[in-house]
Amino acid sequence: MEAGETGTRTYLGVPLYRPRVAFFEFSSCEGCQLQILNNESTLLDFLSLVDVVNFREAMTGGSDDYEIAFVEGSITRDDEVKRLKKIRKKAKTLVALGSCACFGGVNQLKNRFKDINKAKKEVYGRHPIDSEPVRTLEDIVKVDLKIYGCPVKKEEVEKIALHIAIGKSIVFPKYPVCMECKRNENICLFELGEPCLGPVTRAGCDSWCPNSRAGCWGCRGPADEPNMEQMKKIMEEYGFSEETIMDRLECFGGFSSLMGKGNTK
Amino acid sequence: MIFRTFEKQELKKLFEILAAHNRIIGPVETGRDRDGRPVYAFADVTDYDDVELKYSITKLPAKRFFLPFKEDLSTFRIENDTWQKEISYNVDRPLIFFGLHPCDINALNKLDKVLLHSVYPMPYYAAKRENMFIVGMDCIPQPYCFCRSMGSDTALHGFDMFITDLGSRYFVEILSNTAFNFLKNIKTSEPGEDDHVLYMKVVAKRNNEFTRHVDTTDLTKILDMEFQSEVWKEWGDKCLSCGTCSSVCPTCYCYGVDETVDIDLKGARKTKMLHSCNLIDFAEVAGGHNFRPGRENRLKYRYYHKHRGFVEAFEESLCVGCGRCGESCLADITVPEVIDSIRGSGRNK
Repeated sequence: MEAGETGTRTYLGVPLYRPRVAFFEFSSCEGCQLQILNNESTLLDFLSLVDVVNFREAMTGGSDDYEIAFVEGSITRDDEVKRLKKIRKKAKTLVALGSCACFGGVNQLKNRFKDINKAKKEVYGRHPIDSEPVRTLEDIVKVDLKIYGCPVKKEEVEKIALHIAIGKSIVFPKYPVCMECKRNENICLFELGEPCLGPVTRAGCDSWCPNSRAGCWGCRGPADEPNMEQMKKIMEEYGFSEETIMDRLECFGGFSSLMGKGNTK
Repeated sequence: MIFRTFEKQELKKLFEILAAHNRIIGPVETGRDRDGRPVYAFADVTDYDDVELKYSITKLPAKRFFLPFKEDLSTFRIENDTWQKEISYNVDRPLIFFGLHPCDINALNKLDKVLLHSVYPMPYYAAKRENMFIVGMDCIPQPYCFCRSMGSDTALHGFDMFITDLGSRYFVEILSNTAFNFLKNIKTSEPGEDDHVLYMKVVAKRNNEFTRHVDTTDLTKILDMEFQSEVWKEWGDKCLSCGTCSSVCPTCYCYGVDETVDIDLKGARKTKMLHSCNLIDFAEVAGGHNFRPGRENRLKYRYYHKHRGFVEAFEESLCVGCGRCGESCLADITVPEVIDSIRGSGRNK
């Protein structure tokens, strides 16, 4: 069956749609792409749903003829801007893959510094590289779909590919992580004396960190209409400093729109 | 009613007899909180020494064993253009609950009214509920429980046997043949006058230990009158809409259904997921309209279901007063305080 066409493979008699997809990365650790390759028990099923034509981490060569571009990473250089715009032009659908692409991710922490050179010097020492303040994909091009998480949850990406194939809508949870955390029967991290952003962070990760008794850092960004004011009060009540709260809220950039953009320190 | 007493060491024997051929769920310690206090949960137990009979309360109710957070209602095998539906009620053997407190037994009784004795019983619940053996156990009142105000501090039915600690030995109330027959395996005796006196003393002492109360007089009417009260907004401002109150509630049964297809396209499933009326998408319908977009509305309707709607339908509240929701709520929203504030809101006008 040709990629990008409806072919002989069907689900309950309805032909499947098998899109040509490409994976790209900008400033990031490429861990989100790795996640997709990580789960070998379902990898072949995943690959049969999509026709991967470009995936540097997984294959040699590659084609520029794709419909869906999964783009990981944030934008920190001019050449990245140009490349991203090119990808946008070619792709029918552009998917921001992971928190760097969606919110700037850990990289955007450097935007905290008033003087970016200070950060550059600290990181690169005597070997400076061109690096501008971090921007999200959406700051530069139109993004059609965002897949949150640092890293993304493999199962969520698989579900999205499946839904594209069978023509089912793609829905993310709107509620916070607490719901999944309780479902997993975890003891509340606050009860264990740990800070946690679970009450305001978008669910869908199956409370990945709290399951290992580690408080949530909000990598998936805010749930719909999070109660930030109450979250801050709770953190204070449980004795966590403002710095602890800010460290968590700023870590992945998902909450920046709720805290006033840009530098806070 | 049949009563017996038995020596304390006999309980271990009873446990072992029950455990020999059955799955037993009991209270165990799963960790310590930041203040060093034990955290309890209901879990599978095989060793009597793991059972914490003096447990305060479990964080989560026993609900997950008969109303799982996530349960497949049906699965589908897909071959070419056809499909085969398979239904399992997801129960393979009876469940024995060892050491349920009256609040949790009453919670089951309340759930029965909706899920067992209503026009449309839920077979997934019924299959588990009807294969259940319950050993009830008296509790130690906690500062946050207000079960006495909700009439749930004692259980009148819904268990097979109920054990009360008389100090030197156990007093047991027997409600089923099965319980009576099991008890034949351990040494019991007919309670005498002394035991009756002691039992009443123990119960009276426990009654005095309930410190949290809530006035539910005329509550259905007051809730109607105070539907527009400003107080709801105040509680709504605090609410995180995280759904924790429903997850830890022994009587919250609302759910959503997810239909998913397996990634190999060879199977599909319909999965029931317990939901919460406090979650933002609870009342969102096809097309995107949300009937309860505001936090205060969602919180309010949870109280209306528990303390008004259910009372009108079944003449009792859907709250047993266990206090789990208030204890687990990071925003410190507790049932007694919410109800008190609604009762008081009229007075402050």
